[in-house]
Amino acid sequence: MTREEPSDRRDVAVVAFAQSDVLRTTDELSEVEMLMPVLHSVLDRTGLKTADIDFTCSGSSDYLAGRAFSFTLALDGVGAWPPISESHVEMDGAWALYEAWTKLLSGDADTALVYSYGKSSPGSLRDVLTRQLDPYYVAPLWPDSVALAALQAQALIDAGDTDEPALAAIGARSRRTATLNSHAQLRGSVPPGDYAVRPLRTGDCPPVGDGAAAVILAAGERARELCSRPAWIRGIDHRIEAHSLGVRDLTDSPSTRLAAERAGAFDRPVDTAELHAPFTSQEVVLRKALRLDDSVRVNLSGGALAANPMMAAGLIRVGEAAARVHRGESDRALAHATSGPCLQQNLVAVLEGEPR
Amino acid sequence: MSKEPVAVVGIGQTKHVAARRDVSIAGLVREAARRALDDAELTWADVDAVVIGKAPDFFEGVMMPELYLADALGAVGKPMLRVHTAGSVGGSTALVAANLVAARVHGTVLTLAFEKQSESNAMWGLSLPIPFQQPLLAGAGGFFAPHVRAYMRRSGAPDTVGSLVAYKDRRNALKNPYAHLHEHDITLEKVQASPMLWDPIRYSETCPSSDGACAMVLTDRAGAARAPRPPAWVLGGAMRSEPTLFAGKDAVSPQAGKDCAADVYRQAGVTDPRRDIDAVEMYVPFSWYEPMWLENLGFADEGEGWKLTEAGVTELDGDLPVNMSGGVLSTNPIGASGMIRFAEAALQVRGQAGEHQVERAGKVLGHAYGGGSQFFSMWLVGARPPMS
Amino acid sequence: MPEVLKAPLVVEFPFTRSLGPVQSAFLTGLRERVVLGVRAADGRTLVPPVEYDPVTAEEIRDLVPVASTGTVTTWAWNHAPRRGQPLATPFAWVLVRLDGADTALLHALDVPGPDAVRTGMRVRIRWAAERVGAITDIACFEAHAGGAAPDGGDPDALPDDRVTGIVAPARLDYTYSPGRAQSAYIAALSTRRTVGERCPTCRKVYVPPRGACPTCGVPTTEQVEVGPRGTVTTFCIVNIKAKNLDIEVPYVYAHIALDGAGLALHGRIGGIPYDQVRMGLRVEPVWTEGARYPDHYRPTGEPDADYDVYKELL
Repeated sequence: MTREEPSDRRDVAVVAFAQSDVLRTTDELSEVEMLMPVLHSVLDRTGLKTADIDFTCSGSSDYLAGRAFSFTLALDGVGAWPPISESHVEMDGAWALYEAWTKLLSGDADTALVYSYGKSSPGSLRDVLTRQLDPYYVAPLWPDSVALAALQAQALIDAGDTDEPALAAIGARSRRTATLNSHAQLRGSVPPGDYAVRPLRTGDCPPVGDGAAAVILAAGERARELCSRPAWIRGIDHRIEAHSLGVRDLTDSPSTRLAAERAGAFDRPVDTAELHAPFTSQEVVLRKALRLDDSVRVNLSGGALAANPMMAAGLIRVGEAAARVHRGESDRALAHATSGPCLQQNLVAVLEGEPR
Repeated sequence: MSKEPVAVVGIGQTKHVAARRDVSIAGLVREAARRALDDAELTWADVDAVVIGKAPDFFEGVMMPELYLADALGAVGKPMLRVHTAGSVGGSTALVAANLVAARVHGTVLTLAFEKQSESNAMWGLSLPIPFQQPLLAGAGGFFAPHVRAYMRRSGAPDTVGSLVAYKDRRNALKNPYAHLHEHDITLEKVQASPMLWDPIRYSETCPSSDGACAMVLTDRAGAARAPRPPAWVLGGAMRSEPTLFAGKDAVSPQAGKDCAADVYRQAGVTDPRRDIDAVEMYVPFSWYEPMWLENLGFADEGEGWKLTEAGVTELDGDLPVNMSGGVLSTNPIGASGMIRFAEAALQVRGQAGEHQVERAGKVLGHAYGGGSQFFSMWLVGARPPMS
Repeated sequence: MPEVLKAPLVVEFPFTRSLGPVQSAFLTGLRERVVLGVRAADGRTLVPPVEYDPVTAEEIRDLVPVASTGTVTTWAWNHAPRRGQPLATPFAWVLVRLDGADTALLHALDVPGPDAVRTGMRVRIRWAAERVGAITDIACFEAHAGGAAPDGGDPDALPDDRVTGIVAPARLDYTYSPGRAQSAYIAALSTRRTVGERCPTCRKVYVPPRGACPTCGVPTTEQVEVGPRGTVTTFCIVNIKAKNLDIEVPYVYAHIALDGAGLALHGRIGGIPYDQVRMGLRVEPVWTEGARYPDHYRPTGEPDADYDVYKELL
């Protein structure tokens, strides 16, 4: 049985966030060359050095790079000497953050560095992602990620949950708000474009790009020393659904709803939400699952529709939400990350700033 | 607030073989998970979260296969994490799972690691051709053999020590029904007469390529109290990493390995590992790594590890049995190999290792490593709960 | 800064996938033009049949036949088919709930255009002419006017020569670029010079440079030429012929610390009998025309290096 949250649970906060500009290609940079400035930047924000960090956890995928053990070279950018306590998930960095959060909760660490990165430019991302699918019944058909999202979008349209103009409006709003985000790849006035896979147009799809992000977590007093307004993680949870698209209701995201419940997202309203919705239609699903109304500011960063570096885009949602708390622009923010086809796996974190 | 003590109450693994042609990838992991649950007398509904690990996704050609495996592991509606820390991943995966219990995030966690190497070819997966780079000139063993030579030079060990380890581990494997290699006619002479592949490493001193999975059920004090069989208690656990290649790296006795062991010993209150620890299940993919790790882990002084092997101390009936299961030399589903070490340590302190049970197994160390001898994960388990 | 290097990287393998009993029955059925589902604990019939109940996690084995006709539950129009997809001409991706099934199967629907497809439309399987026991035995779906076709018959009546595995070829094409530091290293090699980079913090010289000093975690930028001579710090004798290498065995594979380098790189030793190679041997590179890397290293004839000089460079 999952336990009730112990009342004496350690307080853990996001105390710093940094990200690279997200670019269509970064072929002049190796992964570590792309990642290292981000690591330096996030450490600089706290004044910490690698040796001051108790635990390091990263997220990345060999399949993006087209080579096994690609994360071992990225470790060069950390400066893991003397040896460090370190782990890696083959998942989005949001799940690396989750692992690090548990290390702080258990008292094994007081500070943690979390990073993730993805270079989608070397390969054809739509084809690469087909390798995530059931290897017996689905992967041999090579249905690409846009096609699967389009099946989900049509199901939403059929259910009366949205229509093509509403989807276009989500894309337009995301790129418009992204004009304030200098790291975003797709900003300003972006036309809806032609159909990519109908009913999704190019404007409903995320840009393909390369990028990296990093976050520092700290517990209790250490967090207060490192950040004037820490973004306290009031709850964080993640859930996975069945894999087969045909057994799921694609218009709903029960795993997001359950994770949000467990993270305490419904206990009190949030003022800000960062949703990892790579496709416009997925924002519709997530808003419904998370019961977000118009009073909540959604994806002021522009979200994944403005910049979607694989394996980092989820961690960036947590980082963006935390940064708004740091800057005093939010008191209670929700961050969401997703993985797998059509929102199969979802993570929800609730971040709060102390009263000002 | 102190950590919640963590207990291993269920262990399951598949019979490791070169190719499991009768199951899907899901069927393979399922078999180990089901056995671990049966051992703990629990159902899928009793599991709060699943933590899974494996080595590179290219081995099976499935990207992030945990997405497809969620149904088979009863993870639907639950949290599922996927760890990848190269060869140490089986150990790291268990430690990530253990920490979920220690942090009181979950009460009962299923952890599992696997590799189904027969879906492709391990050497293909490990050496995808990278443009502009010099092709790997020597194969997997060639990567490790120069380090073995460096160890021999440094320690002055006689060149027969490697064969003693292989002979011992293969005999231990005969007592372990789950081991891949069961060489009933093994003799020391045969090991020593086997072809020299990557001099100083002989064929019989290398590990096989296996299909296999290993699973454990980890739980808290309350869960341990309900367990039908004696639990193994986690007395200490740690991971350490250092860079792949760097100026001044000691590939024979990496600092990360020493630091990792020291952290585990500190947590468990071990001051003299040779005296306080009863047996070790360590990651030995090539036989010479036994004496090398004996030194790295503090069971022998530098340059002295081979003397323990030569004197029979590491035999199943020796004073410090090493690789009671037959070790990686007898079974190697890469992503699972680390967890099999951790599970064997737990089996021993639970007194459930069957024919390869050592008599006095109060505290047993499980050890895994990977990458360019750079990622280490270890745990020390005991028959008694940690003092708190 | 030298030009950024790029080259194609093809990751390709024919994966050999063994099947569990449910998958084996389903794919054998497709070969025989029979579609099988599996009954879940809640009474639903799942098509395609999965091995484990998505709700209860229990193993499910109760196979039932369903029809080859069904209803589109959602669709998406793919005007530009990609490599490996079921049809080379524009088609609709569809989820189809076959008659008798409670869940939907993903496949392609061959219709003239997006106006010819809608959710709720009736479709039937178009079987591939040659069937081998794979999901591609369903060539695609096509429009179907009418009710349910009779189901395919008794799952127990499948022939004994069951499909027990599939071969799943997978090819992904990447464009590899090694980044700034390695590009500079490779550019220098083309003039037969080995150029490493020095860490501004610890002053060690990295060869090949990887863009970061791995112990200090800072960029290396100062270029330093090392070698050409060096010392064999350790080695092994390779007696097993590698599949993709045209080198006669036995040969010596060595760690070689080039003079001035902070760590060893790897190379083959030639110009000396393999059994006379030793730790400490002094060597120099031997180039062949047009090669990116030295073909091998040969003895220089200098006295062997003292162990204490290179023992940190193994």
